[in-house]
Amino acid sequence: MATMHTITIQDDGSEYRCAETRSLLEGMEALGREGIPVGCRNGGCGVCKVEIRSGSYARRVMSREHVTEEDEVAGRVLACRVKPTSDIRLRVIGKMKASVCHTVETTGAPASPQST
Amino acid sequence: MAMTGVLRPGHAVVRVLDLDESVDFYTNVMGLKETGRDKAGRVYFKCNDERDHNSFVIRKADKSGIDCFAFKVLNKATLATLEGQLKEHGAATERIPAGEMLETGDRVRFRVPTGHAIELYAEKTDVGNGLGYVNPEAMLENTRGINPVRMDHALIYGGDIDGTRKLFEEALGFSLVERVKMEDGKTDLATWLTCSHKAHDLAMVRHQEDGKLHHVSFMLDTWEQVLRAADILSIHRVSIDIGPTRHGITRGTTVYFFDPSGNRLETFCGGYQWYPDMQPTTWTWDEVGAGIFYHDRKLNERFLSVVT
Repeated sequence: MATMHTITIQDDGSEYRCAETRSLLEGMEALGREGIPVGCRNGGCGVCKVEIRSGSYARRVMSREHVTEEDEVAGRVLACRVKPTSDIRLRVIGKMKASVCHTVETTGAPASPQST
Repeated sequence: MAMTGVLRPGHAVVRVLDLDESVDFYTNVMGLKETGRDKAGRVYFKCNDERDHNSFVIRKADKSGIDCFAFKVLNKATLATLEGQLKEHGAATERIPAGEMLETGDRVRFRVPTGHAIELYAEKTDVGNGLGYVNPEAMLENTRGINPVRMDHALIYGGDIDGTRKLFEEALGFSLVERVKMEDGKTDLATWLTCSHKAHDLAMVRHQEDGKLHHVSFMLDTWEQVLRAADILSIHRVSIDIGPTRHGITRGTTVYFFDPSGNRLETFCGGYQWYPDMQPTTWTWDEVGAGIFYHDRKLNERFLSVVT
């Protein structure tokens, strides 16, 4: 069995165990856990962006639209492209973009194509 | 029926983050056939029953998403006529000379109000589907992966979907097949357009960012093959978005998933036949969930908002 590490989501203090062979996102999803938003799972859409506050990891290529070189150096990465090599503490910074549906649904405001 | 003007979607050019990984995915999981590579680094693919040289092209880039979506038109005279109609409509067009893409003739490129680059072309080399044109067999043996029939349509996301719809309707002769209305009952949230007898050749959803790709879709022959596609995706640990299930809109059966760079793809089957004397179907705001996923009957945030 692969080496396991403890991942702490600082936003709510929740923890889960993630194998070194799995991305932070894959490890979370495999346990049916939540906390990091799940999008394409392949480094393209940016919704699972996290800030690694402590710990080490291996990373793969991510879309520059969502992770700048500066981000990457500062540990702001996509959870789907990062595999833990130690225990990790992270903060969630990505979120689902408001779709037109969602915006209207939550505000009840009349449809306004330009402001959504 | 008469099929003139714009015939069908011809090629999608999609950006990928890792070329080798993507070639492996599109070859062995999707089961597309690689037909060439060019000096610009683009890799060309075609589907099982397509006769033209390519329908899906990938390019290594630092961002995922779509470079352009192209339609094949009847012939060179039609291309010139449609180019004129686009200019009259106010679109800035550009001619890209034959040969810039492998085995592909002159392309007329323009940008639509939702920010996407769209192309028209009349000529692409007929390389055949491998069965021949005289006394062909019914199928190819020993195919790989999902092995779709053809690249079928795309769903794009952007702000001014009204402007993009009008351009396709007025300058290129597309018809509106289905639409989803927003809560006000007037504004379109999404529209499905066809240039042919299909339920859709291009669809668009209103979104806060321009130029986005929701998915490129590939056609399968049967619902059972949609289930088989999902099995193959799971075997290869591909990131599945949703399905197998059915859409209310177009009535197609479907499974959605993501390529190795997060670009969403669909393999689907079915949908009805469209004729230009038919009136469009409308989905109201309160039933949009069933329109999108007929069995779930509720909105799915990831499906609606995750794009590249």
